[in-house]
Amino acid sequence: MPANQFNGYTDYGIGIGLRIPHYDHILSRKPTVDWFEIISENFMVDGGRPLEVLDEILAQYRVVQHGVALYFGSADGPNREHLRRLKALTRRTRTPWVSDHLCWGSVDGTYSHDLLPMPYTKAAARKTAANIRRVRDYLELPVAVENVSSYTEFHVSEMTEWEFLTEVVELADCGILLDVNNIYVSAKNHGFNPYDYLDHIPHRRVAQMHIAGHTKFEKYILDTHDHPVLDPVWQLYAHATRRCGVTATLLEWDDKIPSFDEVHNEALKAHEFIAQARAAKIPAPREKIRSRAR
Amino acid sequence: MWRVISRPLTDGSRMQPRWTDGRPAGAVAAQIARPNDRLTAFERLEIYNRMYWFRVLDSLYEDCPGLRAVLGDKKFIRLAEAYLVKHPSVSFTLRNLPGRLARFIRAEPRYTRPHTALCHDLARFEWARVEVFDTAARPVFTVDDLRGVAPAKQGGLRLALQPYLQLLRLDYPVDGFILAVKQREAELLRGDASNAPAGWRRRRERATRRPARARTHVAVHRLEGRIYFKRLEPAAYRVLTALRAGRTLEQALATGLPRAGKSRAAWAGRVQGWFRNWMELGWLCRRE
Repeated sequence: MPANQFNGYTDYGIGIGLRIPHYDHILSRKPTVDWFEIISENFMVDGGRPLEVLDEILAQYRVVQHGVALYFGSADGPNREHLRRLKALTRRTRTPWVSDHLCWGSVDGTYSHDLLPMPYTKAAARKTAANIRRVRDYLELPVAVENVSSYTEFHVSEMTEWEFLTEVVELADCGILLDVNNIYVSAKNHGFNPYDYLDHIPHRRVAQMHIAGHTKFEKYILDTHDHPVLDPVWQLYAHATRRCGVTATLLEWDDKIPSFDEVHNEALKAHEFIAQARAAKIPAPREKIRSRAR
Repeated sequence: MWRVISRPLTDGSRMQPRWTDGRPAGAVAAQIARPNDRLTAFERLEIYNRMYWFRVLDSLYEDCPGLRAVLGDKKFIRLAEAYLVKHPSVSFTLRNLPGRLARFIRAEPRYTRPHTALCHDLARFEWARVEVFDTAARPVFTVDDLRGVAPAKQGGLRLALQPYLQLLRLDYPVDGFILAVKQREAELLRGDASNAPAGWRRRRERATRRPARARTHVAVHRLEGRIYFKRLEPAAYRVLTALRAGRTLEQALATGLPRAGKSRAAWAGRVQGWFRNWMELGWLCRRE
């Protein structure tokens, strides 16, 4: 869905992640880019070069905030200082929505700096949804949660990952940042069909999509963000676009980062798959409108 | 699961085969995680265990080039691991990871012997660089601000220092050492791609000489987004420290300048030079 309540009714097109090796290129050449995604935590500081660069970027480009440390699934709940700084940053960037991951990563105030997978239980879904609602209410902005790639599953899980995602976003009434590469990685690691995943989530809640590269090892796949997007992921992206509609899409490239042009050109390949999806002419999902009782 | 993934790795960077109570770690992992057709529960959790340690150690490794140069990689990793076991991250950002390292080095000298004092200075200095990079800046104090104060009242002025400015009194001249280490790292990086004869490269790869003990006063500051180090005369350091503590200009000078030796009048030119320079660098700001 190009514009919906979960992305602030925006239609942003194809963006890339704002990364340090590209600062000089972007600031000096001012290339045309639909939008940049920033890692919120990198700019939740009080001053210095990060905010100077951000202000220069904001003067020219649309920016959306993506977080890596809210840990919606942590039992502790969101950290107050984190939220305070995050809200200050949203006022600076005027981001139409914020996103973070469907994961946990902190225990009793200790941070793992990793996106750890959740046990897929009803209780975890309720707690996670409550945390998301707290964040949304505090920030006064739409929130989208991103499915993470994972390498393990838990005995206590009561449902599939896509059932858990659906449960959480319905309870929280929030958006989904659909990471197509993460679905592919987890599908390979856990042996499920990624198309089942895509077919069974609430498509109308998809606010944004992520695409990225990954690395294959002998026994598992790692979500490394250090390669171009692989073909099976592009195929999944085309399918996701057919199901959800043309949605703001972002390429993540976080390691072994090549030139700005290489990253941007890789992201722009998404247009090819969007065209395929449009040609398929599957209608985009509509918001369910409850009819009034007569 | 957190206890499993935050447990230190073996020397071979694998998950420890035994749990804290002596049980096989595989049995503990099997209670938490499901195996699949390719990986045991132990192997699946080991992926997270390794990722956790690689991430936090990499972060410290990058932030502490000076400590690494003194200790060597092996001893540095041992120090970093012990530090992170005692002080795991309590912040949403890895930026803050080295914040308690200097105190840890002083409290646990066994990881840095016989260079504990030098390592302590380096950890303070490297943390100062992190702080300078993105701490807030306030509007600078200008000549126009000074003109607004009657000359008779200027001695009673209370000036503040930029919050990002870091003042360090060190036992070793680690500023020069860090510059040498970074220059050497840059050369080694260039060397990887060069065809220079191996003999030259070996010479470059030799460790940077450790500095000899010498009391040093340094300001770590930033200008146009870049970090700089500036040596300070001891008296200038004392004046700046007094200003930061909230003393008036007059009190700061009284505290900072030596009572014996040269007369106050003899210091006038020097003090004027300091203040001119500090204002040019934007270090002084109005007290809120």
